[in-house]
Amino acid sequence: MAEIIQEEKAGGKKKAKKHAPHIDMTPMVDLMCLLITFFMLTTAFAKAKVMEINLPEKIKDDKPQEAPRIQASRTLNIILGPNDKIYWYPGVVKPEEYNNLPPVQEVDFSVTGIRQLLLERNRSLAKKIDDFKQQVLEGKIKISQDSVVKAIAQLKKIDDTGPIVLIKAYKKANYGNFVDILDEMNICGIARYPFVPIAWYEEKMVEIATGTSPAAVVPAKN
Amino acid sequence: MPKIKLPTKSPHIDMTPMVDLFSVVLTFLMLTTTMRQQEPAPVDTPFSISEKPTPDYNTITLLLSKDDKVFLNFDNGPDTILKFRPKILAEMGKRYNIEFTPEELRQFEKYPSSMGVPILKMKEFLAAKDVKEKLAFQVGIPIDSTDNQLALWILFARQVNPAITACIKGDSKTGFPIVQKVLDIMQEKNVNKFNLITSLEAVKINLEEIQK
Repeated sequence: MAEIIQEEKAGGKKKAKKHAPHIDMTPMVDLMCLLITFFMLTTAFAKAKVMEINLPEKIKDDKPQEAPRIQASRTLNIILGPNDKIYWYPGVVKPEEYNNLPPVQEVDFSVTGIRQLLLERNRSLAKKIDDFKQQVLEGKIKISQDSVVKAIAQLKKIDDTGPIVLIKAYKKANYGNFVDILDEMNICGIARYPFVPIAWYEEKMVEIATGTSPAAVVPAKN
Repeated sequence: MPKIKLPTKSPHIDMTPMVDLFSVVLTFLMLTTTMRQQEPAPVDTPFSISEKPTPDYNTITLLLSKDDKVFLNFDNGPDTILKFRPKILAEMGKRYNIEFTPEELRQFEKYPSSMGVPILKMKEFLAAKDVKEKLAFQVGIPIDSTDNQLALWILFARQVNPAITACIKGDSKTGFPIVQKVLDIMQEKNVNKFNLITSLEAVKINLEEIQK
């Protein structure tokens, strides 16, 4: 970039220049390079996005509350396990059956893993949402972006076929898993996905599945 | 054969277009820049498809680092008329019988980044001159049940500014127990709505492919 200025040796005669004097711009360019580099490195280009999550309010009074009734057949329990694995089982498990816990299935966070599982179970709702979005894209329905969001929320609200996914986190899960699973719920258009604390027998189920629990041996002795 | 004469003088490159371009880029960067904040701990946020931008003001951001430390930042964006940062600190000081001088309150207001300093060390933290010295005090905010300063910070922040919303910025490798604990503390203070800060990721789903 820098220009080497060679002195002309030819004599001492100086000709009056006719063209405009040439300004050496090299230092200016150097400085600009520095400034651009500085700004590029310090600028936060992409603004961080947020994902909203509403947790159920904690009930503080001692009155025993009736748990909301949900169909066991629609329930899907998802437990975030260690090493970026997800363990899931359908329906409910009663704590009394702790000696005979049903096995949990293992999936991962890939397209063929958890997403396939959720989409298969949520097919009718996912299709409805997809069709709706397609119609909006094709211009058959003309509504604003806000209304689209509202309409999809309404579709989710009236849906009674999709699964109710109970999300639980084993103690060795990490925050990334938590965000990933919530994201997966949004991608698959799951209508209801409460985040609930993990029960002790579910922890045990995960431990049996990963083979880290001594309890896995105990039922064999009985 | 005639020899090709090489010019002895180096060719003169006209830098004007380059300078023009540089000026444009520089002006653009200077006008659009929002300085990246120096965080006390490196945090790689997880990815999501959410497209909602982070709120600019009235936020309390909880930074959960990989090594289970909690840092706090109160942000009111460019609107500093409310000056709620010093107010929160003053309230905190009252609770712990620490009197903060106006100079210290101003230091706290100016501090641009998240802080994770136990309140008893706050005076020394604010007195520290340079970044490295300050970093030594950033040990995370105590969240034990015996000395739950995080709960107090949240309580006072909500007293001073009721419109404040909670944002959680966690590293994807942060263990879940600490996240659960922080969520519990927030819920105890009746904060039930959270914004999880994520980076944008493009995901396309293909229903037909999965149905096969």
